[in-house]
Amino acid sequence: MIKNDTRIARVTGRGISIRGDDIDTDQILPARYLKAISFAGMEAHAFEDTRKAACDAGHPHPLDQPRFAGGKLLLVNRNFGCGSSREHAPESLHRLGIAAVIGQSFGEIFAGNCVSIGMPCVTASADVIAALQEINETEPHTEFVLDLGRQNISAGGRMFPITLSEGRRKQFLEGTWDSTAVLLGAGALIEQTLAELPSHGA
Amino acid sequence: MGQTLYEKVFNRHVVREIAPGQYQLLASLHLLNEVSSPQAFETLRERGLKIRHPALTFGSSDHSISTGGRHDDFADPMAAEQVRTMGKNMAEFGASYFDPAQGEHGIIHVVAPERGLTQPGSVIVCGDSHTSTHGAFGAIAFGIGTSQVRDVLASQTLLMEKLKVRRIDITGLLAPGVYAKDVALHVIHVLGAHAGVGYAYEFGGDVVDCFSMEERMTLCNLAIEGGARCGYVNPDQTTFDYLHGRDHAPRGTAWDRAVAEWQRVRSDDDAVYDDHIVLDARQIEPMVTWGTSPDQSVPVGGIIPGDHAGDVLDFMGFAAGQPIIGTRIDVAFIGSCTNGRLSDFEAVAAYLRGRDLHVAPHVRALTVPGSRRVRNALIERGLDRIFIDAGFQFRDAGCSLCCGMNADRLQGREICASSSNRNFRGRQGSPTGRTLLMSPVMVAAAAIAGEVADARHFLGAAA
Repeated sequence: MIKNDTRIARVTGRGISIRGDDIDTDQILPARYLKAISFAGMEAHAFEDTRKAACDAGHPHPLDQPRFAGGKLLLVNRNFGCGSSREHAPESLHRLGIAAVIGQSFGEIFAGNCVSIGMPCVTASADVIAALQEINETEPHTEFVLDLGRQNISAGGRMFPITLSEGRRKQFLEGTWDSTAVLLGAGALIEQTLAELPSHGA
Repeated sequence: MGQTLYEKVFNRHVVREIAPGQYQLLASLHLLNEVSSPQAFETLRERGLKIRHPALTFGSSDHSISTGGRHDDFADPMAAEQVRTMGKNMAEFGASYFDPAQGEHGIIHVVAPERGLTQPGSVIVCGDSHTSTHGAFGAIAFGIGTSQVRDVLASQTLLMEKLKVRRIDITGLLAPGVYAKDVALHVIHVLGAHAGVGYAYEFGGDVVDCFSMEERMTLCNLAIEGGARCGYVNPDQTTFDYLHGRDHAPRGTAWDRAVAEWQRVRSDDDAVYDDHIVLDARQIEPMVTWGTSPDQSVPVGGIIPGDHAGDVLDFMGFAAGQPIIGTRIDVAFIGSCTNGRLSDFEAVAAYLRGRDLHVAPHVRALTVPGSRRVRNALIERGLDRIFIDAGFQFRDAGCSLCCGMNADRLQGREICASSSNRNFRGRQGSPTGRTLLMSPVMVAAAAIAGEVADARHFLGAAA
């Protein structure tokens, strides 16, 4: 029984470009906020130190630039979300209103965490990312349409290919990104696999 | 066609294929910490679920815990609440807890191996990216997020896609004064912090064959800093010798069966790799990072390069062309899941012993054992006196100054010579603090000199 419709086939909205390679999860969500035992309120701390430093330097961070206000699609570069496994990082972005992340590549634990919380995290070539960021920065009001079914993203009358693994695409399209129920569905097969491990009971 | 260890171990842990290329994978060991688990336990409560296999589930409080000597002495009420919640959850859900109140605590990636929980051929998961450490034993070990912690608690399984495997051979012999940490930083520097995305790293070659288990753990620990979610070493006699007699290791005839099985799990001689890289050990020198990504490093005698993007040098306060040696430091930290094991401190003690060396007056120097067992072993050997007499603090076990979640942290723009794993901005607890990663012995040399120094000069004098 699906109480709420959790399916995600497309994400529509304006973009926010956060440029830079290897942006780690310590930058996305500083460790001092990991001491909370709940994710509530994490959005207040997304990129907190980076934003403060940028503001102090007189070059506001993209998340603080009025032209990007209300953006829902984050456009990033290579190895975004590398480092720590903290799910607090994607949670902070998601709770801030980010509905999808498009990048050249991602730290793998971060990418998995995005799926787990229902925030599509898709890859595109460096050229496509460059084009998307260019569109976003020159015409910030441009609407992007990320279509997971057709595996593309369109903006300003142009369409670009994106990549998402078959398994994850299915999770979003079928609304099973919260995977606990699917996993429990394997039932006794889990215990059978465990019992057949050569090391089990050794 | 032969198989890699990765394929063999992955395949036998597959419960079923969920979608093309996506598998439901069994975890044969689930490790927990106080940071990534509380929200998962809360969801279990909301959904009326239990831990499916409590006997395969072990936890430790390491990130937030105080290293001041009293486990319940918290300056920060949130940290206190988090550690209390951990103990409560472990008791309520029936998992084994390395309880600080019993003096059993430590960094989970130090504690699990020393108890013999980490065994070849396992799939080991933990809500912490440095879970890659356990790959040193020939396990597939990787970090997961809180939602996956929830999944593993509830079902002992998680969704995973298969990684490619990159074999990295380090051939030849290391020069004196070059450590596993330097090998890892060199690998990450050569390949890049992003190169491992989509790969498991299989480490091998003369250097890795000769490495102790603790050196292999240092190497695999840093696989994640090269972008590889897991790194591993094929199990061999060194692995078996380390495991023999440990608390959770098999005994008697079960031991013999286990060793035979662990031999079989090794990558086949004719295994096919998706990529293969060979690095010459003789090229590796003591490494020091100069930037804010673990791949931004130079040999200690090198100069800071100028060919990189962004404002990293502004943040670090360094200039291109500047030598890294002689960089003044404020703090020295020896510890962490990367370099907080007995042999790390023994190497530092050997470096300090009998030479009447003292930490420079302007430097705050911390030695933080990775576990209570490591700490107790150091005290038994009298090595704590060597650190204390040289002017180092000798603290209780925990993540300490690696992660900025407890009372040990940098202040303002302090520069820390650190044996930890990440030089990210703000990593050590101050948004403007700066981290120079290096081996424990190089940290000790920097603490004594008050600036980045080449430890080999002293090592040569002592030899």
